[in-house]
Amino acid sequence: MNHTAPTKERAHPTPARYAAIALILAVITVVEVAIVYMEFLRPVLIPLLLVLSATKFAMVAMFFMHLRFDDRLFSILFVGGLLLACLVIMALMALFSV
Amino acid sequence: MSHAPSTAHSAPEATSTGLNHRKLLMWAFLASDCMLFGSLIASYLLYRGNSLVGPYPHEVFNIPYTSISAFVLLMSSLTMVLALSAIQRGNMRGLKVWLLATALLGTVFVGGQYFEFTTFVHEGLSLNTNLFGTTLYVLTGFHGTHVTVGIIILLSFFVVAMRGRLTPKQHLNIELAGLYWHFVDVVWIVIFTVVYLIEAPNIID
Repeated sequence: MNHTAPTKERAHPTPARYAAIALILAVITVVEVAIVYMEFLRPVLIPLLLVLSATKFAMVAMFFMHLRFDDRLFSILFVGGLLLACLVIMALMALFSV
Repeated sequence: MSHAPSTAHSAPEATSTGLNHRKLLMWAFLASDCMLFGSLIASYLLYRGNSLVGPYPHEVFNIPYTSISAFVLLMSSLTMVLALSAIQRGNMRGLKVWLLATALLGTVFVGGQYFEFTTFVHEGLSLNTNLFGTTLYVLTGFHGTHVTVGIIILLSFFVVAMRGRLTPKQHLNIELAGLYWHFVDVVWIVIFTVVYLIEAPNIID
């Protein structure tokens, strides 16, 4: 039997902390919807939306999926797949000049 | 009946990485699923604006309606993580409540998607109407299917818990279900932005 070092998992956040994170996510969603109605933000709308959605994505992954508190190998696996997916999207869009 | 809460720190696994095989497999699966949705999103973006005939996005999308749908799915992520927290603390009643709540919110989301699809069809947008219809239905259809599978998984765990066959020691099962559910939520975060919100200025104007 292999005896390896203990996993690097830390304690999960409390329910109150989870609720606070959900509140932040809800606020970001409201902001996302609100800014599409603001004409003066049109020139920067797409970058803004991408930043906001990336923030939500990261918060769900780090806190709800517990990546922040878990072993690094899980992050490497998931982020690796995510990066590959993003690269494919960008490469295809560049290839077809979108 | 409440069991003693499980420890926060995992005991080392008898594996070469010290990590649980099932958890590693779930993360590997989610990484592969990223690539599936990446290719579907890429297809949608590549064909965006290339439909020869309508209906077009700005003619069918209802941003307020989809925003509520997005909010429902986001809140289901909260209830899912509360279910995990409950079983980790030995609170089996809390687990059942939050599992059921997550499944219900997921069902509301899928129901909303179905209603949205029927509205689109009524307005003349079907799978083979134009490029927009094809890419939209395939992308959101795959996502909706993922959500449906997640609901089935959650309800299965709910039934097992109701029968008293789920114990706090088996919290990893709920954690794995949670990972899948949160992934489905983050995919919708991306789809909501890239498919719906980006079209919003065309709808408003």
